[in-house]
Amino acid sequence: MNKILEVRGLSKIYGPGCPQCLESTGPEADTNLCPHCGSVVAIHDVSFDLFEGEILGVMGESGSGKSTVVKTLYFDQAPSSGEAIFFDNDRQYDLFSLNAAQQRWLRNHRFGMVYQNPNLGLNFNISAGGNIAERLLMSDLMDYGAIRERAKALLARTEVLLSRVDDLPKHFSGGMQQRVQIAKALATQPPLLFLDEVTTGLDLSVQARILDLILEIQQELKTAMVVVTHDLGVIRLLTGRAIVMKYGRVIETGLTDQILEDPQHAYTQRLVASAL
Amino acid sequence: MNPPILQVEGYGKHFQLHEQNKLIPSSHNVSFTVRAGELTALIGPTGAGKSSVLKGIYRTYLPSAGRILYRDAMGHELDLVLASEHQILELRRREIGFVTQFLHCLPRQATLDVVAQPLFALGVSRDVARQRAAELLSAMKLPERLWSVSPATFSGGERQRVNLARGFIAKPRLLLLDEPTASLDPATAERVIGLIEGLKAEGTAMLAIFHHPETTRRLADQVVELDPPPAVEELLEEIA
Repeated sequence: MNKILEVRGLSKIYGPGCPQCLESTGPEADTNLCPHCGSVVAIHDVSFDLFEGEILGVMGESGSGKSTVVKTLYFDQAPSSGEAIFFDNDRQYDLFSLNAAQQRWLRNHRFGMVYQNPNLGLNFNISAGGNIAERLLMSDLMDYGAIRERAKALLARTEVLLSRVDDLPKHFSGGMQQRVQIAKALATQPPLLFLDEVTTGLDLSVQARILDLILEIQQELKTAMVVVTHDLGVIRLLTGRAIVMKYGRVIETGLTDQILEDPQHAYTQRLVASAL
Repeated sequence: MNPPILQVEGYGKHFQLHEQNKLIPSSHNVSFTVRAGELTALIGPTGAGKSSVLKGIYRTYLPSAGRILYRDAMGHELDLVLASEHQILELRRREIGFVTQFLHCLPRQATLDVVAQPLFALGVSRDVARQRAAELLSAMKLPERLWSVSPATFSGGERQRVNLARGFIAKPRLLLLDEPTASLDPATAERVIGLIEGLKAEGTAMLAIFHHPETTRRLADQVVELDPPPAVEELLEEIA
């Protein structure tokens, strides 16, 4: 098994920052808001490795910084400091020292992202098929017929009715919008996929089918995934390893069954106990 | 004598519950050796920490003390207490199986696929893996009409057969068994015992906890008796 992503010391501070920011925030301080300068320490010193075909869970409550982790890796936000290396076959990319064009290229070709809010992942003013075509065009597929066929195949794979290929996503149900997002993210067959609370807010039966779909895709395509969620059920179902975050810091990391059966940190113990 | 593949030295496990500010001892100072092609049985009263030893080896629990030396198929020795998460996941995929007391599986998955899963993970083709799963389920007399549905609605004994078939299918080098015959009727238990003997003959090392002393007597090449861990006060004195 080969490493696909190596993240070291990833940090993101919103605001001016001051010398006391780090010691005044985090799980011990019970806040991520620096009382001295008002900055928000969204994440500090997050490090992990991800291997090919592996699903890593990032869990924590709102404000723990878990979404910020994937947003910096997907270049939605620039980190304040830290390093991330993406290993792609024989090449490796130092993500945060790439220029904007190189970052855009990786986003369009080698990474995929599915957001909790489909507004962020989809263009609501063009059809479902068009959304996928957009991504295929960015990745250099130019033939209209080929693009349409591929878009249809992807929507069929994610169980979106083909009769709705030309409908606007804003007329879709929440679960269907997530399926279109997943189809779009998979369009370029990326080796690395980020999933940010993708089932939060959906009906339980819809959640279950989306999660089953994600698992099937992972088994078929061996896509490596970082799954951000506050839901222990999602962690249990999808992930092999997990990291637990609180107020921007990683407080625990381990094999998923170990975190659920033998959590070490007081906060994780409370989290697991309240779920069971 | 067969070569040792697992050496447990001074294994200990206690849980620290932060919320209640409590220390719960689970296993204490456990040492034994497991050899290829042999079955080692753990015995002792309830609360002696038998399951805790199995979970520590599989790293579902993080051991508190001791070393767990495992010799892998390539002949490399590694301490499972210190091994990285990726090393553990790789060993679980290729070499170490665990039949837990209760079946844990993905919801909504057909029984045949639940059983075939370890072979899927090794890259065996779906058809071949399902074929092998079907053979094992027939050998355990699980009615064929159940193969295409999820084990969610199964009886205890049916689930346990699914659990065992999944544990056996990839013929692991080391198989951990936690009361695998507890809820089976005598005839099925007999078939399972036959399968365990077959696997042993093929070289699998096994570490098992059996519900019935009679099963231990029949199958075990070695018996390790565990005593309940000492009270917290003694444990703390020892640490201090």
